[in-house]
Amino acid sequence: MSISLPALSAQLLVGLINGSFYALLSLGLAVIFGMLNIINFAHGAVYMMGAFCAYFLLNIFGIGYWPALIIAPIVVGIFGMVMERTMLKWLTGLDHLYGLLLTFGLALIIQGIFQNYFGSSGLPYAIPSELQGGMNLGFMFLPIYRGWVIVCSLVVCIATWYAIERTRLGAYLRAATENPTLVRAFGINVPRMITLTYGLGVGLAALAGVLSAPINQVRPLMGADLIIVVFAVVVIGGMGSIMGSIITGFSLGIIEGLTKYFYPEASNTVVFVFMVLVLLVKPAGLTGRAT
Amino acid sequence: MKNTISALLLGTALAFSVAGGAFAQDKNVKIGVLTDLSGLYSDLGGQGSIVAAEMAIEDSGMKAKGWKIDLVSADHQNKPDIATGIARRWIDTDKVDILADVLNSGVALAVNNVVKEKNSIMLNSGAGSSELTNTQCTPNTIHFTYDTYMLAHSTGSAMVKAGGDTWFFLTADYAFGHALENDTTAVVKAAGGKVLGSVKAPLNTADFSSYLLQAQASKAKVIGLANAGGDTTNSIKQAAEFGIVKGGQKLAGLLMFLSDVHSLGLNVAQGLNLSETFYWDMNDGTRAFSKRFAERLKTHAMPTMVHAGVYAGLLHYFKALDALGSNPHDGAKVVAKMKEIPTDDPLFGKGSIRIDGRGIHPAYLFEVKKPSESKGEYDLYKLIGTTPGDQAFRPLSESKCPLVKH
Repeated sequence: MSISLPALSAQLLVGLINGSFYALLSLGLAVIFGMLNIINFAHGAVYMMGAFCAYFLLNIFGIGYWPALIIAPIVVGIFGMVMERTMLKWLTGLDHLYGLLLTFGLALIIQGIFQNYFGSSGLPYAIPSELQGGMNLGFMFLPIYRGWVIVCSLVVCIATWYAIERTRLGAYLRAATENPTLVRAFGINVPRMITLTYGLGVGLAALAGVLSAPINQVRPLMGADLIIVVFAVVVIGGMGSIMGSIITGFSLGIIEGLTKYFYPEASNTVVFVFMVLVLLVKPAGLTGRAT
Repeated sequence: MKNTISALLLGTALAFSVAGGAFAQDKNVKIGVLTDLSGLYSDLGGQGSIVAAEMAIEDSGMKAKGWKIDLVSADHQNKPDIATGIARRWIDTDKVDILADVLNSGVALAVNNVVKEKNSIMLNSGAGSSELTNTQCTPNTIHFTYDTYMLAHSTGSAMVKAGGDTWFFLTADYAFGHALENDTTAVVKAAGGKVLGSVKAPLNTADFSSYLLQAQASKAKVIGLANAGGDTTNSIKQAAEFGIVKGGQKLAGLLMFLSDVHSLGLNVAQGLNLSETFYWDMNDGTRAFSKRFAERLKTHAMPTMVHAGVYAGLLHYFKALDALGSNPHDGAKVVAKMKEIPTDDPLFGKGSIRIDGRGIHPAYLFEVKKPSESKGEYDLYKLIGTTPGDQAFRPLSESKCPLVKH
């Protein structure tokens, strides 16, 4: 296959778009793991719930895309907090495996319920009229909606990173993970903070779900297909590292995009090959601190 | 001593009478629906295939004739190894007589071997690969509903005739996708067209933009979608997003089911050409069946051609059993009977099962309606062409099936 510069740039851009989804999803996972030490396998399911929430808002309440971007993450985030309060809370201090099994089971149940009522082929969700159409960049036709996805995801990623790494609230949060007893002694309600953080992580996944609803069909299994790749992203970036997962999310999107161009048959394995290579060289991930 | 002898005599007599009864009148049948109950194809087969099988059992009237019919089902998860494991267990331990649906070509080709080895029956409705009745044909397999040869000829030649003489394929990277691409390539070339290239995407891809850009860059007039289920709907939806149809290229959905078009919505799917062998709104017979079917399904979806094939195929199987008088538990023998008697059911009309196992009935070319033309949620197709049964499928003269004597 001959390689042309325009075609290559187009693939890079498309990879960046997919990378924004990986980044948003792995960001939520990293926040939850970093702060709560929970390996949240229900992440794909809440991503799917975000998309379904947007669909219900539109088709039952007539609420469009823009309000859904705010409402869906809040609704699903509250669902996440209820889940944390009623179930995950009891696993504090136990081995990671318990959290993983619980959330994995929950994911299967949630997906099963949605599939039972809505089938597997999915429901349509249209691109909002303001973002329809596209622009010709010379080397490719960029749908405006995809451009919006990159911008939106970048802004959210950086804001989350800033909130956790650079603000006082974020400092409390990080301190609470290090030593909850001590932070409690300063009069801070640690369990509530943990619940809110889980809600935030889940909300981020739901936001990614709303963003993806107009691109993919709103399907019960849309998250299950994605979650394994997103886990690879988190592992490569270093479990719990916020900046690590953002950067890895975007770069893996690009690597995958290039593979789709040069050797498409390998496109759904390349991420895992990369993961193996990284783990061999840096077992704690690219930006992870060995503990 | 006397007691022992009489007991022995009684025992022998009992044994003979039981065995004799079983020989004369074995009217037990066990049907196994093997399908995708949880994955991307579960709308076009899945639970609907089980409902179709239940309806076939009820509508066959076999119970009134003294038959006892059991139904089991399992999820093969689109994995050939899981499917062959289930098939072996069903046939060996559970004494299942016939495996129905078996969608997904990769799965079907694997199960095909098991069924032949164990002299059971595969009544295939959901798989596409035309190899099932070509090089891989067996005396134990019937491929009832459709195949890639039919799809390629019906949709492919219609598109070339309409001026689409250069093609680029977006192909699902497994047995079915490859078969569909090859069959369509042959049709396009035979009609004087050219294939400019193809790209093979892994099964269950969420984002097709990368492949669509390659298809766009090829400048081919037609982009052939040699994929199925969620892969097809995602690629069509994203092709609209990338302005591919607006840019003058046409999409050919080489295998699309009613469930796919319904899921896409008419806004995105309108104008697409596709081929099927069954549509719910063809005549009173299909409408009556479909209405009953939708009422029984949780999602209330209308049946796809795969569901229709499971129903009609099983009805035909029961007819053959009825003609044989009892269940011989001999796959090849029952299949031979099924090939002998003509098929006739309300969904596919009159037809036959050919020597190579191919179900013969007409194929229909449909166009997806515009939103303004549709009168209901499932009012999706208009009929634009019919290929008679004897021309819709691969002619026996081209067959590489060992059962066909040239």
